Amino acid sequence: MLTDNNKIFHRKKILVVFFVCTGIFIFLFGRLVYLCVWRADHYSRLATDLHERERSIKAARGRILDCNGKVLADNKTVCTVSVIHNQIEDSEKVIEILCQELGLSEEYVRKRVEKYSSIERIKSNVDKAIGDRIREYGLAGVKVDEDYKRYYPYDDLASKVLGFTGGDNQGIIGLEVVYDSYLEGEPGTILTVTDAKGIEVESAGERRIEPVKGLDLCISLDMNIQTYATQLANQALATKQADSVSILVMNPQNGEMLAMVNVPEFDLNNPYELPEGTPEDITAEEKQNILNGIWRNGCINDTYEPGSTFKIITAAAGLEAGVVTPESSFHCPGYIIVDDRKIRCHKVAGHGSQDFTHTMMNSCNPALITVGLRLGLDSYYGYFEQFGLKTRTGIDLPGEAATIMHKKENMGNVELATVAFGQSFQITPVQLLTTAASIVNGGRRVTPHFGVKTIDAEGNVTEVFEYPVTTGIVSEETSATMREILEKVVSEGSGINGKVEGFRVGGKTATSQTLPRGSGRYIASFVGFAPADDPQVIAIAIVNNPQGVYYGGQVSAPIIRQLYENILPYLGIAGDENEQN
Amino acid sequence: MEAYGVRNFQGKRESRGRQNSHERKDSQGNPKRKKKEQSEYFFDYSLLFIVLFLLGFGLVMIYSASSYTALTDFGDSAHYLKRQLVAAIIGLGLMIIVANIPYHFWERFYLIGYFVAAGMIPLVMTPLGVKSHGARRWIQIPGIKYNIQPAEVAKVAMILFLAVMVCKMGKAVRSMKGFLVMVAFPMPIALEIYLITKNLSSAIIVIGISILMVFVASPDYKKFIIMALLVLAAAALVVYLVVSGSEIFAFRGNRILSWLDPESDPTDKGFQTLQGLYAIGSGGIFGKGLGQSMQKLSFLPEAQNDMIFSIICEELGLFGAVAIILMFIMLLWRMMVIANNAPDLFGAMLVVGVMGHIIIQAILNIAVVTATIPNTGISLPFISYGGSSVMFLLIEIGMVLSVAKRIQLKEL
Repeated sequence: MLTDNNKIFHRKKILVVFFVCTGIFIFLFGRLVYLCVWRADHYSRLATDLHERERSIKAARGRILDCNGKVLADNKTVCTVSVIHNQIEDSEKVIEILCQELGLSEEYVRKRVEKYSSIERIKSNVDKAIGDRIREYGLAGVKVDEDYKRYYPYDDLASKVLGFTGGDNQGIIGLEVVYDSYLEGEPGTILTVTDAKGIEVESAGERRIEPVKGLDLCISLDMNIQTYATQLANQALATKQADSVSILVMNPQNGEMLAMVNVPEFDLNNPYELPEGTPEDITAEEKQNILNGIWRNGCINDTYEPGSTFKIITAAAGLEAGVVTPESSFHCPGYIIVDDRKIRCHKVAGHGSQDFTHTMMNSCNPALITVGLRLGLDSYYGYFEQFGLKTRTGIDLPGEAATIMHKKENMGNVELATVAFGQSFQITPVQLLTTAASIVNGGRRVTPHFGVKTIDAEGNVTEVFEYPVTTGIVSEETSATMREILEKVVSEGSGINGKVEGFRVGGKTATSQTLPRGSGRYIASFVGFAPADDPQVIAIAIVNNPQGVYYGGQVSAPIIRQLYENILPYLGIAGDENEQN
Repeated sequence: MEAYGVRNFQGKRESRGRQNSHERKDSQGNPKRKKKEQSEYFFDYSLLFIVLFLLGFGLVMIYSASSYTALTDFGDSAHYLKRQLVAAIIGLGLMIIVANIPYHFWERFYLIGYFVAAGMIPLVMTPLGVKSHGARRWIQIPGIKYNIQPAEVAKVAMILFLAVMVCKMGKAVRSMKGFLVMVAFPMPIALEIYLITKNLSSAIIVIGISILMVFVASPDYKKFIIMALLVLAAAALVVYLVVSGSEIFAFRGNRILSWLDPESDPTDKGFQTLQGLYAIGSGGIFGKGLGQSMQKLSFLPEAQNDMIFSIICEELGLFGAVAIILMFIMLLWRMMVIANNAPDLFGAMLVVGVMGHIIIQAILNIAVVTATIPNTGISLPFISYGGSSVMFLLIEIGMVLSVAKRIQLKEL
């Protein structure tokens, strides 16, 4: 009944079905080739991520060493105790033992043990002895991993400089933050292959990626100088009942910071401890504000009116511009009238007639105002910028404050006059120290810094840090003249208390009243360098709000004197033969 | 092809009547030389071998893919293997029986089969129904532990029913009316499967088998091409609507979205697809080696079932996958040869129906596993775990072998 024609179309149709299906299979084969060959890496990586549970191993953080190789920041081995929910066999026993050994509340531990997660951290920074004991119980599902905790052998020494680290070994403040990328190292991991429920596949074993220890950081800070400066600062803090005392010691030739003290310091091994007498019921925000105040590095983060120490800058600018020589004579009647304003000298009776050197020795305000006015606004502002006072020093610590200065277009003669003797603008102490250093070291503005080099675990130097130096701040002649003038200030002038027997010291005192005026709050400071003819060390002492006598010459200069009496011989700086005789 | 000879399609009565009166010729092509009765008819050993290979390979892969989860879930790593083995042995027994029954025997049951299938599906809602994997798709045969999936019965019944219908309608099948009648019959069954057992994939397969059979039965191409284009256009429209955020396809829509970008949604609908891709991708060209799959450690849901192909890819790599695809192409080829040489139209249509069933399922399964189409639960014939599926597939193969046996070996 079916014709030949029919059977042929049936066959044809079946053949069409065959080829269409084979075509689809070939297409699917192509798709498989794409997945198995081109996408293989992508999917294998994702699959491996899925199959492996990882526990990280902290890398040992690099140490911080002082210039003599003394360890200022170290690591000690501690343990992290965690639980893997799916591997726990006897959760009651686990809870009991962890509570007992770690001294945690049962509620806290229970919540974590019973939480359905791949891995749950119970407590980190557990003493190694306790960690070893927990490991000895051999509890299924409890993991004790060793890692490192930052440890500061000298507790509060240079606390605001070094800074400290957080729970994940990351820097929080200070050098620990700035050099974090060098210090942190690379954490390792322990990878275990598990099934979808998180149970370890025993045959697969575990894979370890070893952590890489961070690099050691060598800094220019000298632990001995820092310790001694801290003692002096604490002494001044106590005797003068001051709010705070800062001492900075720097090598003016290359900018290496030898000490940076800000008392009161805080305990680096316990940085979150609040001062005694803090109310219990403060909010987290208030607590953080208090802590931020404690951690604040006043030498860098805060600005102040430098007062008479700034006369160094005005004098240098005057000498450099040639509007004044050491022999130029000035007359001080006890005040000076600028435009319509009468600005008083600190000596109400006036200093009378004097040459320029003596105006500096007497720290005479009217004379320095005259120098400023002779320079004129444009020239003075130009020097202000040339000395680098409008830029940050670039010190390798976080949060350096910028200079607060009048805008040039808003300045008149009155403002110029006040700036000339160090008032009505604000700079940081480290800015003043750096600028003074550049004036006495021959006109080279160095970058103050701590970081010198990094070394790896084998002791090889991996990087030596270099810092920019700006030359030609002032001429060599001006610099030499300034050294002579400032030496006279100490040997015969207002800075006499900074004089160190047997050494040539130059310096300048300052007593600045803090804002608002008339509050009776002063900042007494003294910047001094030695030897006066070839400065190898420059230091500044700032006493904030001293009680009783508040003059820089009386409060701060003796601090630097005591410091120099000790550290000049220590640093091997030659004394002055003539004076010793 | 030549060796097996080619027979005309003939009217069934005529063919039956003439079966024994044909001149006998041997396979070497020597005409008019008498041979023994056994060699006169054709038994397709190639087809049998391919099926046995796929079955054996499937059992190995089921054990490999399921032993880990079987051990944790049932305490017996061979749990799935044993059940599948029993089903396969029963299935092989049934296959041998069916292969030895002349296929015209089944012709008379076509209406009964249709109504039994239609009547069985609603039984899943009765206490006989068994719920598993969140869907009621199985009924338990009273007295035996084994469950049976009515959708599988429906597929066999539909193949038989349509093959008989094509013969009954004769030339009428070529008209538009005949076409519509042929498509109208499977519709109620497909709807039942979709609506009652929520099994879209089986419904698609039933419709697919029907259309394929009508395609072969009718000399026309135009309407099938138009239909294929319409289906493609509709699919594109649905995808477009889902992507543009329409709410019409809320349930299926998520599946389509997760198909388009499985990595965007690795926790929900995209999970199975993505896990399958992880398995395929991490297998690479040569695979991790038999038994070395990681994804079967309960990462990949249904590893021994719908997703077994991805475990094959992970363990045996691209080569294992190609071997399977080649086996299916060979199976397709064998069935094409049998259909083309079937003694009559009924036999040819039966083989075309079985071929359609196996090939549609294999193509859809591999397409799902490779994320070529949206995820819908389709098992890989002969390889995936599933007792009813393998049993009914073997019964179908029995029918094909029975048709093959009726092919007389004579030279073209």
